Amino acid sequence: MSESSVVQVKTTPEDILNLSEEDRSAAIEQGKLPIVLAHEVHKWYGNFHVLRGINMEVFKGEVIVIFGPSGSGKSTFIRTINRLEEYQKGKIIVDGTELSRDIRNIEKIRMETGMVFQQFNLFPHLTVLQNITLAPIQVRKWPKEKAEEVALQLLKRVGIPDQANKYPGQLSGGQQQRVAIARALAMQPKIMLFDEPTSALDPEMIKEVLDVMVELAESGMTMLVVTHEMGFARAVADRMYFFDQGQIVESGTPEEIFTNPKEDRTKLFLSQILH
Amino acid sequence: MMNREPEQYTEGEVLAPPTERYTILGWLHKNLFSTWYYSLLTLVTLYIVYAILKPTLIWAFQQAEWQVVVVNLRLFMVGQYPADQIFRIWLALHLLAFTAGLAWAIWLPKARRLGAFLLLIPLALAALPFISTTSKINWVIFAVAALLGWALGIWQPRRMRRPLLILLLAYFPILIFLISGVEPILKLVKTNLWGGLLLTMLLAVVGITVSFPLGILLALGRQSKLPIVKLFSVLYIEIIRGVPLVTVLFMAQLMLPLFLPPQIKIDNVLRAMAGIILFAAAYMAENVRGGLQAIPKGQHEAAWALGLNGFQTMVFIILPQALRNVIPVIVGQFIALFKDTSLVAIVGLLDLLGIASTVLAQPEFIGHQREVYLFIAMIYWVFSYAMSYASRRLEVALGVGER
Repeated sequence: MSESSVVQVKTTPEDILNLSEEDRSAAIEQGKLPIVLAHEVHKWYGNFHVLRGINMEVFKGEVIVIFGPSGSGKSTFIRTINRLEEYQKGKIIVDGTELSRDIRNIEKIRMETGMVFQQFNLFPHLTVLQNITLAPIQVRKWPKEKAEEVALQLLKRVGIPDQANKYPGQLSGGQQQRVAIARALAMQPKIMLFDEPTSALDPEMIKEVLDVMVELAESGMTMLVVTHEMGFARAVADRMYFFDQGQIVESGTPEEIFTNPKEDRTKLFLSQILH
Repeated sequence: MMNREPEQYTEGEVLAPPTERYTILGWLHKNLFSTWYYSLLTLVTLYIVYAILKPTLIWAFQQAEWQVVVVNLRLFMVGQYPADQIFRIWLALHLLAFTAGLAWAIWLPKARRLGAFLLLIPLALAALPFISTTSKINWVIFAVAALLGWALGIWQPRRMRRPLLILLLAYFPILIFLISGVEPILKLVKTNLWGGLLLTMLLAVVGITVSFPLGILLALGRQSKLPIVKLFSVLYIEIIRGVPLVTVLFMAQLMLPLFLPPQIKIDNVLRAMAGIILFAAAYMAENVRGGLQAIPKGQHEAAWALGLNGFQTMVFIILPQALRNVIPVIVGQFIALFKDTSLVAIVGLLDLLGIASTVLAQPEFIGHQREVYLFIAMIYWVFSYAMSYASRRLEVALGVGER
């Protein structure tokens, strides 16, 4: 297919879907099958072809960094994984469940994936603690005490244990983003999606958020991160994907991408952001 | 001149902003007489105020015959509600005072001074010279009930939360039960005897409390993805908004009986209530829609990404923010609705305005329009202003405008 991206993957959707539920989760748990599989994903906005045949496989515990120029479809792609965006062609399978129009599948996948947004998107009318405990109480049906205990532990983990009763508007951008990470982690997701988590932050606050993300990566969380923080990528990424014009142009380990990029477009882009 | 040392700051010291102080003369000079044309403007304005105020005051205190209001006070307040049953209205008021006191203690524990001021109002009413002894005693009981509720709330703030909510939810049915009565426990008082301020308040309170949830449902319906629900909501809102309230009231009075079988009879007050509710709901829906549309898309997305379903997202994330943002508009609509209830006088109900015309028809009070209309205008103003003041306090307490 001429429109397909350069990068191909080994696993096909049938490899996963033909297995029984138990076999799927066992294989995903052992790292034999990917926890996220995107197969020939296409998306159009009207007549504009945003995603042009994306193939990607992510195994449990991997940290993936997605980068590329603006408008290349990287944010759109990561948002298809928890169905904040629809796609018109191809297949996405997350933790053994195929994303379809079926709302039950969508809600199941959203429970297993946490997402961190560029604009934080905290709930301004709720306190930090309520922001974090809302979903565990309402969706996972945890008792309030358990949810609050977990929330306080998470706030400690992201380094702001004493802000629990403040409102988001009273916190700095860096603190808000760390609350957003804690809020996503409170649902105990298997996969974390980060959509440009540091792009809206002042320079001195970027580090405090990246530190939390590095710690999370080292703890074994499966992460897909859209970012231009190349230091972060070099430190923790297992693989990097370069997006351009709705396609994956190149993928590889940080070592390969930084020291020996094969494609000219990758070289050009890297030379522009690594000044 | 001395050379001043630059001011020394110590760590953590807070400098107060410079304050301006004026004598009375200084203030007058700065604000009213700073230049010659400001002085002229001040003098002209003073003269206009004098020219308007002088005849008004002379009329109010020397010429006006307020007897018409004093004699008919009960008619203005409750219409033809039987005199031996008025204790039921007082009972409803005392319960309201108790509930309000409790709510004040739990939700606004810090606003003590304002609370004390509000408590003075019933006592001031009790002190008015032309009020009957029974009413005086009842106003004192009213104040005591409010104080009692407040004390209970201060004493047991946590434990009284649930009783308060129950009281708030139950108040409405209790009110209707007390005012209307259910044989054989309480003597039935037919709605054609309800009148005056009592009827005005009932129409407004019922209109507000029922149209509010209805309006929210219509606003959500308008945004729904289900085509039938959406079509119905849009049609309903646009048709009602295209028709004046008087027309809706006439329709309710004259057309409703045509559609219903002859053995079903709905009385006039209920028909007017239905008309007001249906009318207000359409406007409420549009106000709520404005609030819903102002919520950024990211709020929906964050809620969905956490696994909340559409209903949970609406109830916990979107509606609380949307409603908070439109409090000023909604209160404005409540005030308008309160005043619009006076239109029921046109379809023959004896609300505050309707009672006014019957009072003016009494042979001994012919020609006292000024006194009567000024009096009811004052009543409308007091309640409207109270609502607008309360909404501003509520906005501050909820932090509307801050994010």
